[in-house]
Order: sequence, then C-alpha cells, then structure tokens
Amino acid sequence: MRLDPRLTQILAKTLLWALTGFTLLILLFIIVDISVKGLPQVTPLFLFQNPQDLGRAGGIFSTIIASAYITGLAILIASPLGVGTAIYLTEYTREGWATRIIRFGAECLAGVPSIILGLFGFVLFVMKLGLGWSVLSGGLTLAIMVLPIIIRTSEEAIKSVPRDYRTACYSLGMSQWQTITRIVLPSALPGITTGIMLSVGRSLGETAVTLFTVGAALRTPTTLFDSGRTMAVHFYILAREGISMPNAYGTAAILMISILLINLTAYTLMQRLMKRYS
Amino acid sequence: MARGKFIERVLFFLALSSISSLALITFFIFLEGLPLILHTGLTDFIASSHWAPTKGHFGILAMIVSSILVTLGAIVLGVPLGLSCAIVLAEFSPERLKRILKPTLELLAGIPSVVYGFLGVIWLVPLIRDYLGGPGLSLLAGSLILGIMILPTVISISIDALTAVPDTYREGSIALGATQWQTVRRVILPAASSGIITAIILGMGRAIGETMATIMVAGNALKLPASILDPVRTLTSNIALELGYAAGRHREALFATGIVLFVIIMVLNFSATLLTRRK
Amino acid sequence: MLRRSRDSANLMASGRLLSVMGLLWGCLFFLAVLGGCQPGKSSLNPPLVIAGSTSVQPFAEKLAEIYMQRNPQVRLDVQGGGSSAGIYAVSHGACDLAAASRELVAAERHLVEIPIALDGIAVIVHPSNPLRSMRLEDLRAVFAGRITNWKGLGLPPRPMDLITREEGSGTREAFEHLVMGQEEITPAALVQDSNGAVREIVAGDPQALGYISAGLVDHRVKALAIDGIAPTRANIKNRTYRLVRRFLLVARAAPAGPAKDFVDFVLSVQGQSLLEAEGLVGVVE
Repeated sequence: MRLDPRLTQILAKTLLWALTGFTLLILLFIIVDISVKGLPQVTPLFLFQNPQDLGRAGGIFSTIIASAYITGLAILIASPLGVGTAIYLTEYTREGWATRIIRFGAECLAGVPSIILGLFGFVLFVMKLGLGWSVLSGGLTLAIMVLPIIIRTSEEAIKSVPRDYRTACYSLGMSQWQTITRIVLPSALPGITTGIMLSVGRSLGETAVTLFTVGAALRTPTTLFDSGRTMAVHFYILAREGISMPNAYGTAAILMISILLINLTAYTLMQRLMKRYS
Repeated sequence: MARGKFIERVLFFLALSSISSLALITFFIFLEGLPLILHTGLTDFIASSHWAPTKGHFGILAMIVSSILVTLGAIVLGVPLGLSCAIVLAEFSPERLKRILKPTLELLAGIPSVVYGFLGVIWLVPLIRDYLGGPGLSLLAGSLILGIMILPTVISISIDALTAVPDTYREGSIALGATQWQTVRRVILPAASSGIITAIILGMGRAIGETMATIMVAGNALKLPASILDPVRTLTSNIALELGYAAGRHREALFATGIVLFVIIMVLNFSATLLTRRK
Repeated sequence: MLRRSRDSANLMASGRLLSVMGLLWGCLFFLAVLGGCQPGKSSLNPPLVIAGSTSVQPFAEKLAEIYMQRNPQVRLDVQGGGSSAGIYAVSHGACDLAAASRELVAAERHLVEIPIALDGIAVIVHPSNPLRSMRLEDLRAVFAGRITNWKGLGLPPRPMDLITREEGSGTREAFEHLVMGQEEITPAALVQDSNGAVREIVAGDPQALGYISAGLVDHRVKALAIDGIAPTRANIKNRTYRLVRRFLLVARAAPAGPAKDFVDFVLSVQGQSLLEAEGLVGVVE
C-alpha cells in the first residue's frame, strides 16, 4: 500500500519535529532542574566561604580559586603553543607532509579520552617528574587537552583574514612577522578568543583529569605545587557520597551556568566574526 | 632575514607541540602498560573475563564487551535523535529559528559529564529500577546517558554534512516533482552519508571514552551482562575506579587497559578521518 | 586615507591584544593573591601530607580542620588514594603520614603503626527491609554469589542487588579478610568507589545489600546484626561484634615535629572524642 507522498511528508516532518522538541526538552530539563535546586544555594556567603565539615556546610570558595588557578594555567600554557602552531600552519608553510602530520597530531590529540589524559598526567607529572598532586600537574595536563581546540579555532580565524591585508602589507615593505603581529593576529583576535573561551569552558567541566593530577584537597591552593579541588571534582564528591545535596546542586549550578555563559559568549563572538568576513 | 628564519624555527618548534604531546602520551601509556601485557599474554588479557588484580588475574573481556555494548546502545538511542535534529535544523527550519536552535543544542556540549551522571542517578536510575527491574544502575542507564551526551557531536557534524550537499541537488529533485521529505530521504541523506557516518563514528569515540558518567550510572559490576538491566563496567570506569589505589602489577594492568582503550579510539578516529578525506 | 584608518585600527587592535593578555594575567594574579590571603595560611611551611584510606579520610579531614583552626600556622593536606597507596607513599617518603584501614602486612612491618580508632564494618540494607540479623555464613554465601535472591534469607522472593567496594579498598580487604576467607566476592556485585556512594545506593534501593564503615551509618540505611550482635559502639569496643578493624596512622619512623604534634592531638581527649562524635570508637581510654 503506497501512501500519498504528501502524507508521508507530514508524518515524517511531525516525527522529526517531535524528536527535536524532545531533545530540546531534555536540555531544558537539565538546565532547569540544576538551576531551580541549585541557584537558591548560591549566596555571597556560599561563594566566598570555604567548605566546612567536609563540604556539608560552608561554601565553595577554595574550589572556585582552584578551578580558576588550574584553568588559567592551562590557558596560559596552551595559548602560545596553539596560536604559534596555527600561525606556522597558515603563514609559514604550504600544504605538505609536515602540515599534514601536525594536523593529524592535533586531531588525534583531540580524540584522546580524558581518563587517558588523566593516566598520562598522573604517571608523568605527578609521579615521574615528582610534581605531586598539584596545580602545576593539572595545568600542564589540561593544557594538552585544550591544545587542539586552540589550534583549530586559531587556524580558522587566521585563515579567514583576507589575503588583501597581507599583500597590502608586503607591498608596503613590512616583513612577514610584522604583518602577522600587527595586522593578521589583531584581526584574528575574536576567533582566537573564541577558541580560548571554549577551552575555558572545557577545562572547567573536566573531572577525570583533575581528579588524578590535582587531587582533592579541600584547602585553597596558594602555590603551583599545592593540591586543590576544582568545582567539578567537589561536585562529584558531594553528589556521589551524598554529603550534601543542596551544596551539590549549588556547586553544579555555578559550574554549569559559568560554562554555559562562557560558551554563549564564545558563540556570539564567532557569529560576529563570521558576519564581519562574509 | 635571519630574524625571520629564527622566528620560523621557533614557530616550527611550537607547532611540534601537538604531535609531541601525542607521542609522549602514547609512549608513557605503552611504557607503563606493556610489561603487564607481556607478563599475562595478550590473548589472556583480552579474552579472559576474570579480573581480580590483587590476586593476579587480569582479564578485561567483560569490560571490552561492556564498553562496546554501552557505546552501541548510545548510538542506537542517540543517532536517531541527533539525526532528526540535524535534518530539522538543516532542511526544515527557517533561518531565524535555526540561528536560535543551533547554539541552544550546542549548549548541551558544555554541560559537564558529572552533571549528566548526577542527574542520571537521581532521575533515570530510580525509573529503571522501579519500572523495569534490576538495580537501576545498568547497561540501559549508561546507554541512555551516553546517548544524550553524544547528541551535540552527532548533531553538529551531521548539520555540516547536510548543508554541504549542494543546493542544485535539492532544486533538481524538487523540479522533478518530489516533496521536500522525499528529497531529503532519497537525495540529500545518501549524498551526505559519509559525513553522517563520520558523525556516528566520532560519537562512538566520545561515548567509549566517557568516564565519569559511566562510573555513576552503570553499576561497575565485573560480570558480562546478560540483559540490558544488568550492571556493567566499562574500560574507562575500570581505570578510574582503581587507579588511585593500584600499585605495582595492578597499576600496570590499568595502564594496559588504557592501551586497549587508546587503540580502539585511535582506530575509530582514524577511520573517521579517512572518511572525511575521501569526501 | 585608507592607511590612516588602518593605522588607527592596528593601534586599537594591538591595544586590545595587550589588554586582553593583561586582563588575564591580572585576574590570575588577583585570584592567587586573594587565595593566599586566607586567614592563617602562611606560605612558608610545607604542608603536612596525610594520604591513604578513603575510609579514614573523612575523619582525618575533620581532625585536620579542627587542628588547623587551633594551630593556624600549620597546613595539613589530606589525600585519599587507598590504604595500600598511602602506605607505599609513606615508605617512600612521598607523604608524612599514611592512613590505613587495614593491618600492615609482613613486608610493611618495619613501619611504625599508630592505632587511632576502632571501626566496625556494618552490613547495611534499605530501611524498609524487614531483615534484622544475618549469620556470618549467610553473609559469606551472599557475597560469594551462592545466594542471589532474598528468598534465600527467608524473605519474599526478589533479586538481590549486592554492592561491594572496589579492589584495593581497605574496607573491601578488611571485609574479605573477616568474612570471605578464601572465597572471592562475586563479579556480579555492583561496585562503588567510596563508603558514601555505597550508602547512597542502599538508601535508594529496597533490594540492596552492602557494607560500609560503621561510623558512616545514618538514618537512611539500616545496619544488620551479625550472628545476633549489633554493631553498637559497645560491641565494637569489646570486639563481640565480629567485623571490626583498626584505623591506623603509619609513619616511616617514630613521628617527630609537626607530625608528632598532630598524632598527639589525634590521641588526645579532644581528638578521640571528635572521632567518637563522628561515629568511630576511640582507642584511648
């Protein structure tokens, strides 16, 4: 029995739209559940007080500092490496076996699961190099994790700077490096910043890596060699051990909303960038 | 001129960072894990399901099977959903709606995996336990949560694949009298098939590499699952559960598990890259 | 005219690049300074590191919290990792004290052990479970996988959801030593990596059975009596309850300096009553 194609279309479209709506509902549910149960916990006291009584009471200040410290370190290490790679790939070489190997390396790195990175960070930085569970170990490992993101977005940003800019600079007698630093990089800045913000979002939510490289000490890390507990790890421990559901929800709310805001900003930046060059 | 050469050399050095990190990771994982595989023998390691590391038994078959099953479950649940969203966004929605919906769906990617795991434990696990049976912490729970987690990957790559199909295909099909849905089903989807398969493969890579969510909802039992309601332990969970405690041979065994995981994911990623190259 | 607008654009752009970098550095610096301004945290003393059993960890963290409140110039870091990892670390000098929830094995006897508390291992079920007591042989049979249904214990037939700790856990090792003997725990059991997680699951599943540190039992779960003896403080202290283990602090040599001060605190009246308040049984009269 063959159905009228217009009928099949109505059925198909309804089904597909329903499934899309269902997906949006799932997303909405996640965000609403965490926000509704978590935001009431987020008071200035919660933000600026350290966890007390193993996290049953008090706030999450030390975890916020730890997250910021580790993420900041990761970005500081990965940005020059990533942007430098992107510059090299776009400006200094032609497509050849060298660029293909470098890109292959970056793509494979992007696919490495976080637990493997955690294993690697644990054996190299914590054990073999003797750094112990520390902000430094975590920052180095997370830098490797976000490197592919920065390389990919920076490369796209640099590539989208129009050729004319460069040719104009060369015709004016500027060297390649001058062109890059004074014209190309500043123009590509929104795209590079997008990549950095996406990396920040990714690092904040990462648990497996930090659990095995930074540890879970409740104190505020003050030096690079101190252990600490990121917000994601703190949430994991609170939730899994049932220490304090309200605090768990509060931590999750802050974590999730920070990441969503960062990603949203990155996305709008990217939109503006594409509008500028299209 | 010399300065320019110097800068180029510095940048080349920086550019090596990605490939050298990858090499370092591969090197260390293999360095720590290979002794155990040689000690136990590769076949025994992979084909035995007896994992009792403190007593000298290192068989990871149950975990390999569980990882594969959980990933397949995630694909079965996540791909139809993700593909539907991609088709709706790429083909059926007006530009304005697309501009709002696409970033919204990509927001799903930003939610940390521990949050997914947590909500899975709070909402999904009791539902499975009360209405379907078993402890709730199960293969089914793992597949459902992972299915949701791979949605952003599947959706964004599928949208790219669909939009890459030239408009001439669509116009030609409509000109021949086909409806929009017929066009999608018979012209666009086949044309975008390699991209969609890439999306699926990358989704599989993401699912098989997920750790925190599976530890929280899958139950972590060591037996091979007999039904989807049975608890399972994936390769990733195995590493994460015992890494903090393990020493000596036990730790080597966890690295060896890492090697197996690493190889599986590299194979998956490699096939995805091959597919995109061929396009 | 084109050149002029581009010049100013460059200037602005370079300025933006610099200011973004500067902002990033500034934020980090600010946060680091802010973090360093926590009351009483001097960055001159290296922290005292205690690593090891996750069963001991919450109690050690509580002790550390109080100790640091009283001695603001000392910094204490409590890490988990498991009894074996902690003992390994302390014997190699990677930490100052190890926390262990199991006895030292022969190869570790050269280390100094300091008992700080007694802990029972409580077998727990959901509060709605009518079971009150179990025999030790039945417990062994259940965890060996020979009894998989509640009807094997005289209750209405429902499948049993068994929960155990992961390999390498001190609690699991103590349980295996005290209950299982030579038998292995069945691979069909669910595994969770902390006492708290086991408790959470049992609290939510009417069919569940697990074991946790007796000090962590609260109103959300019910502890069973073993062979008729309940895991009360008195029964743990006089060892009539069979599943009892010692919590130890382990050091490479007799502790000196800040480590000794902390150990003295733990063994003092305040320290011991703190542990008792948290659900353990003290070792010092």
